[in-house]
Amino acid sequence: MSLLEVKNLHASVNGNEILHGINLKVDIGEVHAIMGPNGSGKSTLAGVLAGREAYIVTEGQVVYQGKNLLEMNPEERAREGLFLAFQYPVEIPGVNNSYFLKAALNAIRKHKGLEELDAIDFLSLLKQKTKLVEMNESFLNRPVNEGFSGGEKKRNEIFHMAVLEPKLSILDETDSGLDIDALKTVSEGVNKLRSKENATIIVTHYQRLLNYIVPDFVHVLVDGIIVKSGGKDLAIKLEELGYDWVREETLHAV
Amino acid sequence: MQSVDKNIQWYQSRFEAFEQSLNGEKSTAVHTLRRDAIRRFTQNGFPTTRQEEWRFTNISPITKIEFQPILHYELHGITRDDIQKYILDGAVHAVFVNGMFSSELSDIGTLPQGVVVGSLAEALKKNPENVQQYIARLVKGEESAFTALNTAFVQDGGFISIPKDVIIDQPIQLLFIASDDDRPFIAQPRNLIVVGAKSQCKIVETYVGLDQNTYLTNTVTEIVLEENSHLEHDKLQIENMNSFHIGMTQLQMNTASHYLSNVISLGGSLVRNNITVVLDAEGSECTLNGLTLSTGTQVIDNHTAIDHAKPHCNSHELYKAILDGESKGVFNGKIFVRKDAQKTDAKQTNKTLLLSDGATINAKPQLEIFADDVKCTHGATIGQLDDEQLFYLRSRGIDLAAARDILTFAFAGDVINRITVEPLRQQAERMIHARLDFRQTGIIEE
Repeated sequence: MSLLEVKNLHASVNGNEILHGINLKVDIGEVHAIMGPNGSGKSTLAGVLAGREAYIVTEGQVVYQGKNLLEMNPEERAREGLFLAFQYPVEIPGVNNSYFLKAALNAIRKHKGLEELDAIDFLSLLKQKTKLVEMNESFLNRPVNEGFSGGEKKRNEIFHMAVLEPKLSILDETDSGLDIDALKTVSEGVNKLRSKENATIIVTHYQRLLNYIVPDFVHVLVDGIIVKSGGKDLAIKLEELGYDWVREETLHAV
Repeated sequence: MQSVDKNIQWYQSRFEAFEQSLNGEKSTAVHTLRRDAIRRFTQNGFPTTRQEEWRFTNISPITKIEFQPILHYELHGITRDDIQKYILDGAVHAVFVNGMFSSELSDIGTLPQGVVVGSLAEALKKNPENVQQYIARLVKGEESAFTALNTAFVQDGGFISIPKDVIIDQPIQLLFIASDDDRPFIAQPRNLIVVGAKSQCKIVETYVGLDQNTYLTNTVTEIVLEENSHLEHDKLQIENMNSFHIGMTQLQMNTASHYLSNVISLGGSLVRNNITVVLDAEGSECTLNGLTLSTGTQVIDNHTAIDHAKPHCNSHELYKAILDGESKGVFNGKIFVRKDAQKTDAKQTNKTLLLSDGATINAKPQLEIFADDVKCTHGATIGQLDDEQLFYLRSRGIDLAAARDILTFAFAGDVINRITVEPLRQQAERMIHARLDFRQTGIIEE
């Protein structure tokens, strides 16, 4: 059984259909990259999987760990091990980063039938995870993302991922707005978290990120449909030839 | 109109009865103040929504009831156990039952030499000249009917006098308890606070209703801050939901004095808080913060007025409201900058969170600036919980109800965290959590 199976997924936003029949299988231990030009539906796909209410699924199925993902609300998905790293992480003034993570981690642990972590164990876990993403400990006591630079926000997303240890992570344009140093640190963090026990979907416009996080599979999403799938070489070819190349090839095939 | 007139007659007759009970005290200076005040009250009557200052707050529920003025102290069987949870850890506390000082329930402890914390009635007896030089002098200018009514029946309340050069770390609490009673009553504490030059202290006013009876608290606090003094003045209002609360705080600030006010309003069916500050000496600075948390059909109105009369004074203001149910909030923030008040720095922020469709807010910043070299800003926002923030929290595993609580609490925390009296901050935090949990579970645990 696949970890995630998306079958003929159609989804609309404000009455406009954005996804026109996505098919995708992700197995445990795999890293998939979904590439596509602006407006192709990449972020919509990530949003549908995470449970954004604005996206309406009009057709198709998503099976996650044998369960109907689309029936779960966002918090249930998270507790079942799904994680979305936001393209634009949200600032939450007045809510301390570590307080927030404690509430999140304990909600997930409770769901798994585990005991809540006490303050001391939780703090040592946090400190250990900050090292993984090379994040300054001072960020723990700051309000979530408030006043963080673009790079710091993305790093904080990967830090959350490190603490919550999801089964399936969806990284939505995690590379956008990052300079090369930040990109390296964030990628290294993701690579360290990569294991045989989890899977990752990387949503990106550019091949750049994939130099650092090498995917097992690459899918090209154009106009709401996956038009081409392949190995990591596909990403390199895309970078050389551009998305028009896939578009033309698809037209010819039709 | 007729019922209003009837109401004036009611208080007039109560005043006559009060006067008869006074005997020899009738010739005192304080009684002259009372007589003047009842005359002004009778002339002007209660305000209506036709008056600009009361446009958004209809006080007719108050004028319909004949509240019995409290003329004598009675303990009403209240024990320390009944009030223990309202007393702040480590605070010197003067306790008042229906506006009258209770020596049984108070614990003044040991204070630095010259510091007086206790009853206004006692201060009037012991040292009338000292009290008379301050009392009713500050509030006269823009007096409301309620302040006049308070002055007409003035007898007791909190009296705090700090000589110069004294720094008191221990918070001083004035705890006002409303007892249960068969008849609706009006408790009218009159508080006077004088902080001497270069002195510093923290004073907390707490207003509590012990039962579910109907009463009116009509309180007036006058504050004098001498040169270079610092005062933190916090007010926690948790009257019962059948009661009414009208509060007036009036300040006189001298050179380079600092005032910090945090007003937390949780209780009462109809509440009006007035704060009037005159920055009448150079280098003085005031910070006024407020938080309203209301539900049901509560009406909570905060009126602030800051008068920048002299140059080089600063004022900061942050008023927030979290409104649920069918409740109504009012914020009216006046800032005057007089012609001579150059180099004024005034900032006003007003933010409201509406948790339900039925809740409403009237927010009215009112800036009148006559000087040209000043920095004045104001901003008012009204909104609901942010969907994107809610989704972010949920996408990390936090359920919708908890996510709403976290965000609502964060909104409140912005004000609560400005309270430096730690036991009060914690108490307010607990009460707000209890209120928010109540939304989820229907159970209040304090």
